Amino acid sequence: MKLLVAVKRVIDYNVKVRVKGDETGVETANVKMSMNPFDEIAVEEAVRLLEAGTATEVVAVSMGVQQCQETIRTALAMGCDRGIHVKTDDELQPLAVAKLLAKIVEQESPDAVILGKQAIDDDSNQTGQMLAGLLGWSQGTFASEIVLQDGKANVTREVDGGLQTIAITLPAVVTTDLRLNEPRYASLPNIMKAKKKEIAEMTPDELGVDIAPRLTTLKVTEPPKREGGIKVETVAELVDKLKNEAGVI
Amino acid sequence: MAVLVVADHDNSAIVPIVLNTVTAAAAIDADVHVLVAGHNAGAAAEAAGKIAGVAKVLHVDGAAYEHQLAEALAPVVVAHAGNYSHILFPSNTTGKNVAPRVAALLDVAQISDIVEVVSGDTFVRPIYAGNAMATVQSTDSVKVITVRGTAFAAAEAEGGSAAVESVDGAEDPGLSSFIGQELTKSERPELTAARVIISGGRGMQSGENFEIIEKVADKLGAAVGASRAAVDAGYKPNDYQVGQTGKVVAPELYIAVGISGAIQHLAGMKDSKVIVAINKDEEAPIFSVADYGIVGDLFKLVPELDAELEKQDIKPR
Repeated sequence: MKLLVAVKRVIDYNVKVRVKGDETGVETANVKMSMNPFDEIAVEEAVRLLEAGTATEVVAVSMGVQQCQETIRTALAMGCDRGIHVKTDDELQPLAVAKLLAKIVEQESPDAVILGKQAIDDDSNQTGQMLAGLLGWSQGTFASEIVLQDGKANVTREVDGGLQTIAITLPAVVTTDLRLNEPRYASLPNIMKAKKKEIAEMTPDELGVDIAPRLTTLKVTEPPKREGGIKVETVAELVDKLKNEAGVI
Repeated sequence: MAVLVVADHDNSAIVPIVLNTVTAAAAIDADVHVLVAGHNAGAAAEAAGKIAGVAKVLHVDGAAYEHQLAEALAPVVVAHAGNYSHILFPSNTTGKNVAPRVAALLDVAQISDIVEVVSGDTFVRPIYAGNAMATVQSTDSVKVITVRGTAFAAAEAEGGSAAVESVDGAEDPGLSSFIGQELTKSERPELTAARVIISGGRGMQSGENFEIIEKVADKLGAAVGASRAAVDAGYKPNDYQVGQTGKVVAPELYIAVGISGAIQHLAGMKDSKVIVAINKDEEAPIFSVADYGIVGDLFKLVPELDAELEKQDIKPR
């Protein structure tokens, strides 16, 4: 079984994101970038399937600027076999990413594509579902457990009220939620080994995909600031404030 | 053109967040239709018709739609999409699962998690877990949108009298089937839908100690949450996690107990209307976002809070 994992380079989740003064976006210069945490879970799951002998090959794909290759290297250091980088300096929105992935799926013919349920930068939560729709494949989103069998997979999904288990036919798209696994740290020898692994480069043009954005960002602003609150001395005072001042209890 | 809201339901009742989604739809256009696709879901369709502001209900019946799996439901929405300028889904796990598939099939972008309707093509949505707000304009002919429930008031569940029209479904691609579900058995509300949330952090010191929080939760009708630190320490399972990598919540009242206020936690709860922090460290960052802070030992203060609520006979709303 061949697996494709998609990984996105995002601002590290520990960084305090700052909106640019001119309201065109957020500050990304000199900011630590990392693999999207949900994509790390996707890589970990694919690598575990490889180690268990269920999968025979795992290909890691990333899209965007040159530095995305660092994110691919991280995936390779975690255990993926090879990488594909779709290189562009242009903005990529989820529909475009899904179309590019669909083209790569055509070339690579994987049995499943595993990716994070959402990127922590644009918080769209779209790409996996869009890819499944474009390919006419089944989708197991927000997965907390994946059991692969012959030609199908049982996926346990994190839904609002708890867990839901569905059976989906392969090939399929699976998106990962937090509880699926605990991603590993790449060891130094594996980081060294990853440097020798192959990363194929291609462009959206070569894949024949129109990546023109469909959404125009008019402005990016700070969220409403919270007014600094007050300290109360006693619990009785707190309850009084909540009841009579804030009116929330 | 009319606006379509794709309802989430359990075949007998409409999920409450649909009411908020209807309010968002009405802000786009007064002609709001609701699609209820289910199995023996007549009761849900009727309930949709009673929502104030709904002009028409499209009811699709079929075994394939019983659990609203995306593979079967998306083609139904696509089949009816031609009549609508906007297709709205609630931004819950059902809507988030189905909407992007619909958007891809229509070859349009999706606008996720809107918190404000600026105009028919321009919307505000949070990015970076709410640390920035993006105003985006869509150039697509049909706008596929998911709606953050906490950002819009709920439409009245009663008072409307929309006609329920039975309409055709679409061919079931047969790609997925429902096996089972394990819903968290709790008398308490679900985190993302709760009006009040009380969360514990590493300061709780153990999972057992959450009992004191749960007592307060029951008095307020609150959901119980946890910080990532508490989850990582094994005090609570991951579905309790509030934060950038867990659930993003915006209740009317959020009580943070023994939570220092790491960026990643603040990102998940700072849109709450009123925030209360209980922490022994008066320098904790949580106090910078709290409307009401109280410095002290949570093992003393939380039982006191419980007793005070009891004394004042505070009941869940």
